[in-house]
Amino acid sequence: MTMPVSITVNGTETSHEVEPRLLLVHYLRDVIGLTGTNVGCDTSQCGSCTVLIDGLAVKSCTVLAVQGDGSDITTIEGLAKNGELHPIQQAFWDNHGLQCGFCTPGMIITATEILKKNKKATEQDVRHGLEGNICRCTGYENIVKSIVAAQSVAPAKKAGKAKKGTA
Amino acid sequence: MKVLRPHSVDDALELYERHPDAVPLAGGTDFMVAWNGGSENGRLILDLSALASWRRIRDTPSMLRLGALVTHWQLQQETLVKKKFPLLVDACATIGGRQIQSRGTLGGNIANASPAGDTFAPLAVYDARVRLRSAAGRRKLPFMDVFAGVKKTHLRPGELIELVELDFPKKPARQFFRKVGTRSASAISKTVAAGLLWLRRDGTVRELRFALGSMAPTVRRLYSVESFLLGKKPTPRVVKEAVALLEADVDPIDDLRSTRFYRMEVSRNLLRAFLRSGS
Repeated sequence: MTMPVSITVNGTETSHEVEPRLLLVHYLRDVIGLTGTNVGCDTSQCGSCTVLIDGLAVKSCTVLAVQGDGSDITTIEGLAKNGELHPIQQAFWDNHGLQCGFCTPGMIITATEILKKNKKATEQDVRHGLEGNICRCTGYENIVKSIVAAQSVAPAKKAGKAKKGTA
Repeated sequence: MKVLRPHSVDDALELYERHPDAVPLAGGTDFMVAWNGGSENGRLILDLSALASWRRIRDTPSMLRLGALVTHWQLQQETLVKKKFPLLVDACATIGGRQIQSRGTLGGNIANASPAGDTFAPLAVYDARVRLRSAAGRRKLPFMDVFAGVKKTHLRPGELIELVELDFPKKPARQFFRKVGTRSASAISKTVAAGLLWLRRDGTVRELRFALGSMAPTVRRLYSVESFLLGKKPTPRVVKEAVALLEADVDPIDDLRSTRFYRMEVSRNLLRAFLRSGS
């Protein structure tokens, strides 16, 4: 027997009838076709499937889609706006924050929450915040570097738009 | 899998009374891993995640009431919890990464009754009470009376944890939390210790509470050690005698996470560290 779910994903309302056993990550990937969120381990360990549910980082491989009914979800696809990368995405690009790229969506989503809660995150804060995300390539150095660097990407851009444009 | 998803507490209690075999699901951080692995196929789930009223933290002049669905993450953000119950905050910060802390709930942690439940040692020393609710009514259990064994509680069929009550303690002279795991990040505990100590003006022990997790099928308060130390000054000789009593209160096993020998050794060290801290 299917159940109805309505979930807002990246600002767009989605409604479907789903099997109760459907995991949230499979709802995102297979039902609405957003395949940026990866499944790495299926056991809540690796963090590749991290999405934001109502602003909080959560591992979508161990949440049922029906539990997400009525919630507001952000995936990696929801970060870039008007063709412009999110500051954290830009920082990953600039600092070579990825190797194979599989863990990257989860890393970036988790990073958005870390930086939202902590406006002056140090390298140590970022490493601690990424406790639940594993990079199989062990590329942590550049991942952490990217996230720390992203903090100076964001305000610089805003300042540039406001007035003094530094080229 | 079938899922029942009530939106009110009354509906949840009525459904659970009608389906006492259902698995109440809160954050699902433990159950969903087992289910993904295939060991819980075909279960009827009573999903509690829509019960917003059980997500609240409320205070009275004498106590804090933590709804069963308050998450480990929420507990770390709340000023009053940080100020009055820092050991609980410390424990919550060691549970998995932030994604797990955002899902995992206090009530779920208790109902799951793992011997390695990280919040249990703090709840034991804070003398928590657990309020239960069923369609038939309410009842209250002292935290130490909740557990019946590994993964077993004294909850009756149809009964759900509604909230956890914590009386504000007098400011202790010493407070202590330590979790010992295989590594610093996202590890299941080998031993968890929590302690509170109040001293008289002359330096003797007015009250002492010390609890160990992962050292027996359920969390243990070290009642022998606690009563031995009452009225005594924790001098090196007294501490030595107290540490020797530890074996009377715990009964660790060899399992996949650690050995009895290691757990005993570490626990003695933790008790010693707690009693000597600040002196």
